[in-house]
Amino acid sequence: MTDWQRYLQPEKVEEALAALDSAGGRARLVAGGTDLLLDIQQGRHPPVEVLVDVAGIHEMGHIRVDGDVALIGAAVPHATIVDYPELKARASALTEACGLIGGPQVRVVATLGGNVAHALPAGDGTIALLALDAQAELASPGKREWLPLADLFAGPGQTTFDRSRQVLVGFRVPLSGDREASAFYRVMRPQGVAIAILNVACWMRLTTGGEIEAIRISCGPAGPMPLRCRQAEAALLGLSLSAMDWDNAGEALLQDARFRTSPHRATLEYRKHLAGIVLKRVVTAAYHRAARPATEAA
Amino acid sequence: MRLWVNDIAYDVEPAPGEMLSTLLRERLGLTGTKIGCDEAECGICTVLLDDEPVLSCTLPAPKAAGRRVRTIEGVATDDGLHPLQEAFVALGAVQCGFCIPGQIMAALPLLESNPNASEGEIREALKDTLCRCAGYPTIVRAVQAAGANMERGTPIEPPPLPETDTTYIVGHVMVRPDALPKVTGKALYADDFSYPGMLIGKTLRAGIPHATVLRLETEAARRLSGVRAVLTAADIPGEHNHGLVVKDWPALVGIGEKVRYVGDAVAIVAADSEEIARQALALIEAEYETLPVVSDPVQSRQPEAPVLHEKGNLLKHIKVRKGDVEAGLAEAALVLDETFYTPITEHAFLEPECSIARPLPDGRIEIVVGSQIPYSDREQVARCLGLRHEQVRVIGTLIGGGFGGKEDIAGQIHAALLAQATGKPVKILYDRHESLLVHPKRHATQIRVRLGAAQDGRLIACETELYGDTGAYASLGEKVMTRATTHSAGPYVVPHVKADCYAMYTNNPPAGAFRGFGVTQSAFAIESVLDELAERLHLDPVELRRRNALRVGAVTNTGQLLTESVGLIECIDRVDAEMRRRAGGDPFRSRRVAGQPHLRRAWGIAAAYKNTGLGGGAPDRATAEVELYDDGTAEVRTSSAEIGQGLVAVLQMIAAEELRLSPERIHVLLSDTDLTPDGGPTTASRQTYVTGNAVRFAAEGVRQAMSAALAERFDLPPEQVKFVEGLAQVDGQRLSYGDVARVMKAEGREPRASYEYWAPATQPLDSGGRMHFAFSFAAQAAEVEVDTETGEVRVLCIVAANDVGRAINPLGLLGQVEGGVMMGLGNALTEEFIVEDGRVFSDHLARYRMPGISHTPEIVSIVVEHPTSEGPHGAKGVGEIVSIPTTPAITNAIAFATGVRIRRLPVDQDWLALEIARRGALPEAI
Repeated sequence: MTDWQRYLQPEKVEEALAALDSAGGRARLVAGGTDLLLDIQQGRHPPVEVLVDVAGIHEMGHIRVDGDVALIGAAVPHATIVDYPELKARASALTEACGLIGGPQVRVVATLGGNVAHALPAGDGTIALLALDAQAELASPGKREWLPLADLFAGPGQTTFDRSRQVLVGFRVPLSGDREASAFYRVMRPQGVAIAILNVACWMRLTTGGEIEAIRISCGPAGPMPLRCRQAEAALLGLSLSAMDWDNAGEALLQDARFRTSPHRATLEYRKHLAGIVLKRVVTAAYHRAARPATEAA
Repeated sequence: MRLWVNDIAYDVEPAPGEMLSTLLRERLGLTGTKIGCDEAECGICTVLLDDEPVLSCTLPAPKAAGRRVRTIEGVATDDGLHPLQEAFVALGAVQCGFCIPGQIMAALPLLESNPNASEGEIREALKDTLCRCAGYPTIVRAVQAAGANMERGTPIEPPPLPETDTTYIVGHVMVRPDALPKVTGKALYADDFSYPGMLIGKTLRAGIPHATVLRLETEAARRLSGVRAVLTAADIPGEHNHGLVVKDWPALVGIGEKVRYVGDAVAIVAADSEEIARQALALIEAEYETLPVVSDPVQSRQPEAPVLHEKGNLLKHIKVRKGDVEAGLAEAALVLDETFYTPITEHAFLEPECSIARPLPDGRIEIVVGSQIPYSDREQVARCLGLRHEQVRVIGTLIGGGFGGKEDIAGQIHAALLAQATGKPVKILYDRHESLLVHPKRHATQIRVRLGAAQDGRLIACETELYGDTGAYASLGEKVMTRATTHSAGPYVVPHVKADCYAMYTNNPPAGAFRGFGVTQSAFAIESVLDELAERLHLDPVELRRRNALRVGAVTNTGQLLTESVGLIECIDRVDAEMRRRAGGDPFRSRRVAGQPHLRRAWGIAAAYKNTGLGGGAPDRATAEVELYDDGTAEVRTSSAEIGQGLVAVLQMIAAEELRLSPERIHVLLSDTDLTPDGGPTTASRQTYVTGNAVRFAAEGVRQAMSAALAERFDLPPEQVKFVEGLAQVDGQRLSYGDVARVMKAEGREPRASYEYWAPATQPLDSGGRMHFAFSFAAQAAEVEVDTETGEVRVLCIVAANDVGRAINPLGLLGQVEGGVMMGLGNALTEEFIVEDGRVFSDHLARYRMPGISHTPEIVSIVVEHPTSEGPHGAKGVGEIVSIPTTPAITNAIAFATGVRIRRLPVDQDWLALEIARRGALPEAI
């Protein structure tokens, strides 16, 4: 069972750090708790003596847009992100991804920070942030630093930072401008285990002539960590939509990704089959969005 | 910490590990919020936290500190029900009621911010709030009606459904009487009850599929402070085994005895709290010698398979013989030979099992439980406790869904043993995990069909061979597989039939009753082969079925002459007409979708039949009592169970019809072995017919006694007494029914009648073939859309026609149709209870997928009525037939859309996508 002994609700990051520190490794952060508490209850995580609930920490619970950058607190619930107009318009991959997590009740409490800290290779919000080239702010006692998102992950469910000592405070997400857009696509299977089979996110910038000037593609599960698909990106760079060779791009994605069979979830063969299909759908969606005139995009 | 719940401030001390749901239910006594899964999957525990919907089962209680919580108890105001509550009641969206608080709380914030919410927005808001009775379209309509009322003041009214005009109440739209408490949170299910001094019981399960128990050490557990009893098989005073038919299921497996599935119980504890009970279980040491596992029925039948029961692994070999099947196949122009596979599936009723046992001062034991068969519970509990039946009282509570999964014993015997040992009330509540492991499932099957037909499509011979996985214990396996077998040639006239079925024990969880009862499986097989036959013979699938359909005067595959009430052809015709109207052109051609080249659509069709009643020579009877009171109200009493199917409403309506008394003045008391006579099991779609008749005749008996008393009092012939709307008219006078009751008592007559109704006799399978006294028939058409790249399948529309003899309660029937279709849809596309080598993989709801509101197609319900001569007002069974043709209609549609034939359930999109890719070509499209 999830029998925490003490439940703390600090109001500042520093208080949270202090609480973690004094618990000597026996504490864990929780925001929505929708992953952690179920993991503990079902034996995938050892019991935790002290829960430090960061949902009430002001700087972690808000979204601020500063020109072309959004600062999203790690404890902002998905429901808030999904409804935020500036994010819907200029960080579509993120709002689409967060909108697919769980259901409405879960999205009221589950957070982007929780999704990232869980460090699963297929975390929807995480995959979107990766394609959007987000950075994460990590707090340790007496120190704050900004890191590229990819630097947070060490393996499936493993972070490079110590979740019993450090706090993910928030994310810095560049917002799409003219001729830039992003998209997210997910395939789930209605039987067996309720986890995504394949998540792909794409961000791109187009030239005035409609060719891809810059592109980022991320996907999962495709290995131990959320993956940037650099070969797939290279296969599409410089092309306009009509010139894209999807078979080639799909092959390139298969070079990037280490797919495998997950029992009762998806076979390796199915994932390989889907790779090109999903890539096409998400890149096409992002392309159409990016190609829309600026006045329409908002 | 302080929190506000329904505008009342509470100051409580946070408790370790406490979720908001526990705080609400157990500390604040607000039991309206229900727990379905404890794993944030089902949504029924939804409450509002500062006006936003959250899952209270996984929300730590301290998160609510300083905040405002709203539960179902806080929705109605002093002015009355909220429009949502009113609409759920009026539109018939309330069935078993267990999910309803969650549905209302999830819909409430949407309507309060946007009463004009679109259907898409409503579905999105309710996306993860499950309803297993699954009248999702009705739920959507209820939310829309509430919204219209909130926005524009539009009155909330029951839907306009076809009604009869020849009867007073029966056949009319009526709001079910048990709906109101279910929308206010006042409805009480077993876990909502608590008694002073009550202990919590928990069960230690083996966790291994096949083993001998070597050692059980309970001393450490006994010594734990707060533990009041630890029992093993050695402590059972009476019989060790229970079972509905074959008593082969040990209540507790003892030392030297065999564990046959992971859910077998080896010890039970009763303690002061759940936490202590859990700790006690962990202190019990159990040692096993593992044995090789039998994991499927075909393997089980092999001579070298490990032997699971003394009499061997074969529970029953079921045979059907008619004519000469080899000669028939030889004569056929075409013979098809295909094999089909259906998986284990799970009822997933939203209310996990809960039993409370209370020792009574007079030495009796009382069991409070949501059970489909209270009298059988009584018998099985008494046997194990070494008591006489009369020493056990079973009080049935409201049941949060059954579907056949609450017919077998769950915690009743264990709770009773612990209550007997401790002298205190003991509650045993399963969480979803334990429920999934323990209770009987739907039989997995392998079904081979050899079907021979003439060139014109006339069926000549059908040979079927079925294997059924009945799991570790018999449960109702023999009956289920008999049903699967006798229905395995489909609802068709087939001169030559040979069917052999092997119901085999395995080390998988036991399989038993589950809505459809074997016919779900065999209908998938035969209806798939029918379509293959149509394709090969270049015949229209509808015409092929019409040509061979059973009709009055036909003989079934068991040799039964059908003399009445066969509405199959009308079902086929009406579904066909509606399907063609919607499809425009040929419904069975694969169609493209404009702008989406990867999508294909097509329709598919299937037909089915299902027995009403136990059949096969089993005595099928029910007893009911009807009593008139001085205040002019009446009570109907029988032990039959309301599992959400609407039995209370049906019995109320039947009694109202006979007594000419308004339904609001009739109370229905169910499921108490002390107070209500035996109505028989709630199974086999039998309650409306059998118990309905018992109620009808009992009510008639009361009415006749009323006439007789008044005739005597007024010295007139009884025919001159008339009953209209609760008033007796005689000799120019009007007496209220209360007056009549007083007149009767004054004359020494009790205003009460009891009737034991025996359904028409049937014969066992191997002796003459009149197996069932009635059959229900159905046809369904499904329109599917397949993403030919990803293999994803979406059902767009289901047209369902059901011959129910007579619709007693049209609104209740609609709920059953919608829910049955959704169960069929889940059976086709999403549901698979995965067991590997006897170990359960699907042990959490996150691993057992059921369709939700976002999977719900448009459902068109066509009611067909070919009355029976003996059923109440001509009615026959409804509960199961509505769910049976759905699966093959969907898989047949997939075949038309993609060219891929489905022979294994559920449809695996992984496999389907790869299969489509492998073929390289899709059917020609229009």
